[in-house]
Amino acid sequence: MRPLPWLLQRLFRIGRAEQLPIVLTQRRIFIIPTRAGLLFAVVLLVMLIGAINYNLSLGHALVFLLAGLGIVGMVHAFRNLVTLRLTPGRTEPVFAGEIARFPVHLENSRKQARRALDFRFGKQAGVSLNIPAEGLAIAAIPFATRVRGRLDPGHITLSTRYPLGLFHAWSYPHLPLFCLVYPRPLATPLPPPSPAAHTGHQRGDSGQEDFTGLRLRQPSDPTRHIAWKAVARDFSNRPLLIKQFAGGAAEELWLDWALTSADGNTETRLSILAGWVLAAEEMQALYGLRLPDREIDMAQGNAHRDACLEALALYGEAKD
Amino acid sequence: MAKQKTEPLEHSATPWLLAVALATAGPHVEHLPLWMSVLVGGLFMWRVWLWLARGQLPRRVPLTLLVAGGVAGIGWQFHTLFGRDAGVALLVLFMALKPMEMHSRRDALVVVMLGYFLLLTHYFYSQSIPTGLWLLAATTLLTATLIRLHGGAQPVAAIARYAGLLLLQALPFMLILYLLFPRISGPLWGLPQDAHSGLSGLSDKMAPGSLSNLIQSGAIAFRVRFASDLPEKSELYWRGPTFDEYDGLTWRARELSATAAQTKPSIEVTGKNYTYTSTLEAHNQRWLLALDVPTDLPTDSELAPTLEALAREPVRARARFTFTSAVDFRANRLESPAVLQHALRLPAAINPRTRALAIEWKSKSRSPEEIKDAALSMFRNEAFFYTLRPPLLGQHAMDDFLFTSRRGFCEHYASAFVFLMRAAGVPARVVTGYQGGELNPVDGFLTVRQSDAHAWAEIWLAGQGWTRVDPTAAVAPSRVEQGIAAALPTGEPLAMLSRIDIDWLRAMRNRWEAVNNGWNQWVLGYNPERQREVLSRLGFKEPDWRSMTATLAVLCGITLLVISLWTLYQRNTADPAQRAWQRYCTGLRRRGVTRAAWEGPLDFAARVAHERPDLATLTNEAAQYYADLRYGHGGSEHLRLLQQCARRLPSSWRKEV
Repeated sequence: MRPLPWLLQRLFRIGRAEQLPIVLTQRRIFIIPTRAGLLFAVVLLVMLIGAINYNLSLGHALVFLLAGLGIVGMVHAFRNLVTLRLTPGRTEPVFAGEIARFPVHLENSRKQARRALDFRFGKQAGVSLNIPAEGLAIAAIPFATRVRGRLDPGHITLSTRYPLGLFHAWSYPHLPLFCLVYPRPLATPLPPPSPAAHTGHQRGDSGQEDFTGLRLRQPSDPTRHIAWKAVARDFSNRPLLIKQFAGGAAEELWLDWALTSADGNTETRLSILAGWVLAAEEMQALYGLRLPDREIDMAQGNAHRDACLEALALYGEAKD
Repeated sequence: MAKQKTEPLEHSATPWLLAVALATAGPHVEHLPLWMSVLVGGLFMWRVWLWLARGQLPRRVPLTLLVAGGVAGIGWQFHTLFGRDAGVALLVLFMALKPMEMHSRRDALVVVMLGYFLLLTHYFYSQSIPTGLWLLAATTLLTATLIRLHGGAQPVAAIARYAGLLLLQALPFMLILYLLFPRISGPLWGLPQDAHSGLSGLSDKMAPGSLSNLIQSGAIAFRVRFASDLPEKSELYWRGPTFDEYDGLTWRARELSATAAQTKPSIEVTGKNYTYTSTLEAHNQRWLLALDVPTDLPTDSELAPTLEALAREPVRARARFTFTSAVDFRANRLESPAVLQHALRLPAAINPRTRALAIEWKSKSRSPEEIKDAALSMFRNEAFFYTLRPPLLGQHAMDDFLFTSRRGFCEHYASAFVFLMRAAGVPARVVTGYQGGELNPVDGFLTVRQSDAHAWAEIWLAGQGWTRVDPTAAVAPSRVEQGIAAALPTGEPLAMLSRIDIDWLRAMRNRWEAVNNGWNQWVLGYNPERQREVLSRLGFKEPDWRSMTATLAVLCGITLLVISLWTLYQRNTADPAQRAWQRYCTGLRRRGVTRAAWEGPLDFAARVAHERPDLATLTNEAAQYYADLRYGHGGSEHLRLLQQCARRLPSSWRKEV
């Protein structure tokens, strides 16, 4: 361990927690006056000068009472955080561009409620909540994702100004949180079913012979499958419908890296694949995923979809 | 911190801030010009209506115009924007206008800070116990508003309770700071002109009616505590300014030349000395109203050539002075001829009948004493009346009074007597001050009120010096023996409380005034001298600011520690079974098996059996007890056994061998 992180960890418990749950102790909590607190101090100073100048005994008493109030306010801001227990929760995966919410389970063993606790990651927007006396709460801390992959949001900034707003108390609990961010899906037409999967079918006409019904149009559907006649019958009330065909192997798709256009960059190709996975699952097709370094066999269902998306999310990252 | 700027103010937080504005600015209406009260009240009502109707707050331009208009109005009214009254008016104006642009939490904080400042300004006008209590309540309200602003909506009672708790915890700090914060006696710089307006007391001249206004006030002038016994009530002449210049209407003090002002009066004490401490209310004049005549003076004061005790600076705050006085004395037996010459001067061509009478007495008498007796017997035997509502007197005031109206009070009698003496060639002068006082049996203080204000005369007799003559005593002896209320016929205007006959009411007033006196002595009168006195009584030798600051820091540190412990202390609320199980698990962790947070007791025991067969039996037993206690029908016996399990763990060093 390098000396600086080691020192920070020893002194202030900054860095990833070695033991769960994290309990906020005085070594983890920092406290400084807010801008309002500084204003308060200036007001008190001016009041003290006024009290001295005009020989106001009660003025002295008022200034001293308010000074005491400031000190007590500091202790109470500290109390609002101290001995709070934090445990990480399970984070649901999201698509890049969406907001991931990291749930943190909070346990307040005090007989007093804790109020106005702000949770936030770095410069991200935060969430503010109260925890009832001797109660539990879950903070779902938002994080606006931008790129796919395994997202480590870093340490949480947990802060409060309650009760008087004169002091800002904060802590940097670093919980082992992470979130899987899938590539942002791009809606493009599905690739044709793979001829390699089922021999004997000709490419191009399979899956387009036996009409089985209509379904709502997805943005990635080819326009030639739109049921124009059905639409024309009742144009005002009907959304665009797609003719569905059953054709044996039509539902068996290989979503292959090689089928995406080679001039797109890696991220675009992953996005196209992600879109395909969603579309294939939507069509309830049997599909498999073929990446340069990995292959997932034909299957169907949400678990399969998630496995495919995870593979896309983690493409190119070292496995751990 | 950038967050705070944009945080909008909740609609439901606004009433708190309006209450803050009302509580801090409202009571000032009493001291403000009418137009300001109307303006401020109107703005407040408008803001309340805007809140009720969820209306849009006014835009910047009309607000700026209102501010400019208000400030201009205040400047026009007070002829300045600085100074006490104009400053208070400005603060009140801002307090009325700031809620009009209260968009964010930051604006709301400014309102609260302004409120804290406004609280202080109330003490310019009153520092009584009720004001103190009212401002304590207002401080609680302001603090509760801060809690509301930062903690979101809660029941009002919960917020009020929390604010009360915070203030309660702040109290020890206040006491320590109040006691030990090195006091500086102000002012730090020259105070504005109006700083001491509204202080009542004797004036530096005696114009007709000036005393009668004072006499109608029941306010306290000073309180005295004698070290041993009290002089007779008829001896209690508290000496204020002496007047020896008369212009036909008003008596004034003569401007003394520098050398004359340096002259020390000579006093021969012929009787007993009395030592006492006087707590003097602020009256913005230099005289200290010592018992006539002071022989030993406090530091920073001197005895004027006209025998009154003078402070170096005007008394602008309630202050305590210790004197020694003698009531039997001879003063200035050898007076300078210039002074005596001055004590005979009269304006020419007024009061011819009075002059004629004096000259007649002079021709008949062999000595000044006989002239004095002639005047006193006239007051005593002819039909003179004591009243606070005398008829108006004309250009020849003395003639009108002595020969026509014959109604008046001390200032008339003293001034007529001195006029007569001077006209008859006896050096004389008018002395004003207080006479008498009332003993409060609750705390043993003698209370002297403005209603005890009095004027008497002094004549200079060869061999005896300046001798006090009180012509009022000749007309109304009860004035001197029993006080003003006894001397006046009923129906005369007088402060209501000075003529209470009902015993329990009087007793109640005495008690209330004793409490007030304690408040004045210990709270309001806590000045640098008092602080030194208290600290040396607490065992400080030579208290200086260094030792005081050091003690202050140490005591505040200890208090902070105690309050932190009180606030942060947390009893372990886990039930005994859980605690015993936790202890057992901690013991196991030291021996290398850590229970995960989610692991139930039996699952954990199974894992321990797998990983550490040597601990299997014991852990199984403990887990079983705990499971029974938590989820089954375990009783106190199980708890005891579970607690034993923790003790039965093999000691950790044996594991290593």
